Amino acid sequence: MPAVTIDGKTVQVREGATVLEAARAAGADIPTLCNHEALEPWGGCRLCLVDVTRKEWDGWCKMVVSCMYPVEDGLIVHTRTERVNATRKVVLDLLLARCPETPLIQKLAAEYGVEETSYVPNPAPTDCILCGLCTRVCDHIGVSAISSVDRGAGREIAPPFNAPPPDCIGCLACAEICPTDCIPFKTSDTKRTIWGKDFEMQRCPKCGRAHITKAQATYYAGRGGVPESYFEMCDSCKRLQQAETFASLAAPR
Amino acid sequence: MWAPSWPAAESGSLPWERNLRRIIYDIGGGILKDRPFKAVQTGGPSGGCVPESLLDLPVDFEKLTEAGSMMGSGGMIVMDDRTCMVNVARYFLGFLVEESCGKCVPCREGLKQMLAMYDQILEGTADPGILDRIEALSAGMQLGSLCELGKSAPNPVLSTLRYFREEYEAHVLHKSCPAGVCRDLTAFEIIEDACNGCHNCYRACPADAITGKPKKMHTIHLDKCISCGACYDACPTEAVRFFPKIEIKEEAACPQ
Repeated sequence: MPAVTIDGKTVQVREGATVLEAARAAGADIPTLCNHEALEPWGGCRLCLVDVTRKEWDGWCKMVVSCMYPVEDGLIVHTRTERVNATRKVVLDLLLARCPETPLIQKLAAEYGVEETSYVPNPAPTDCILCGLCTRVCDHIGVSAISSVDRGAGREIAPPFNAPPPDCIGCLACAEICPTDCIPFKTSDTKRTIWGKDFEMQRCPKCGRAHITKAQATYYAGRGGVPESYFEMCDSCKRLQQAETFASLAAPR
Repeated sequence: MWAPSWPAAESGSLPWERNLRRIIYDIGGGILKDRPFKAVQTGGPSGGCVPESLLDLPVDFEKLTEAGSMMGSGGMIVMDDRTCMVNVARYFLGFLVEESCGKCVPCREGLKQMLAMYDQILEGTADPGILDRIEALSAGMQLGSLCELGKSAPNPVLSTLRYFREEYEAHVLHKSCPAGVCRDLTAFEIIEDACNGCHNCYRACPADAITGKPKKMHTIHLDKCISCGACYDACPTEAVRFFPKIEIKEEAACPQ
């Protein structure tokens, strides 16, 4: 197992781990916005920047994003150098200008000494930091109903043609993963609405809870090769039913 | 292949190991109308501007990088004294902000903010601290951006700041554009003794802001003038002069 030194503390981590994983194992506090353990690293928010070096590099070091940099034996990582802090501060200052009213950004920026942005605040404040988690999780599920649209300063997250996305199954993964909770949705006993599209809810025949959309059940059944009826009952009722079955099997005859 | 654009007179191809002066003057034929040389921008939009003092710089990868520019695409833009270096940097930023893919924060948000800060400078609304903010943002973009576009995007900013800082200070502190290019900061007038009434400025003006009969003294009406400088370029007798617009406002403020 490779041994890496994080801020003077040496830790052993699994082969193929990222510097971010190693640093967190060593107790270093590295801010991230676009990273999620369920998804491939992306390197877009640039907050997890660290300085890395090696003994044989004679004091030369380079700045990398820790979420994407794989560990190697003998790597020396500094997570809080002056230039790392300065760069994170610039990034957070820029994000605060973009999202002046977003609590998560306000809190992170304050940690790096930015109470008020030094740039021109966004005239139309948004909560979306364009971290790409929503589109990546949607890709990961295999639906790809939403994506980033346009490029550069005009980049935004939207369904195709800004119309209700035909491929969306209403699973809410995008809304759940969003670090700033900026994807609005509504769920009632019969209906769910997200991205301007309405979904009929599947209600659990046992407890009556609206636990999944009918579109989700159809999609999962198709992907998993199981009948759609498998998704009628909610997960907790399914577990309860299993427990009851086991109990009856174990009971003395 | 080296193809210096206007205002260098000619273009052509040549082998390596040449310095900038030879390319611009011997091969390019110097500056049109023999105007004074101001800077040469090399390497395309993310390159930098090299001043007259470095004209003898050999054209190679290392030397250009040391000077704050780069070889890049090999493109070369020669600029004369009628070029505002702040405006030039703003022009390249305008290109880069459209080229940014928008994936990483420093490039996407940084270029947007950089452009906004330059617009403040060109409008004359910037405060004295803006140059420090531009430098801090440039450093953040160089270190923080994901790809080479964002990392090199501050080059036009930093090279012009490095070699033409006094021009930035004139814009920020004195609200004046020394090259007479930035429209919000510049006003034009005709010097009475120098005007020969050739009528060229009248014909060149796109805003109908000049009055005067041929062979008579012409006048620029500031209420209509859009400060485009077309009259300045058209005048054969150098009778058109530019001056900081702020001087008009000051005159209006004190009635003597």
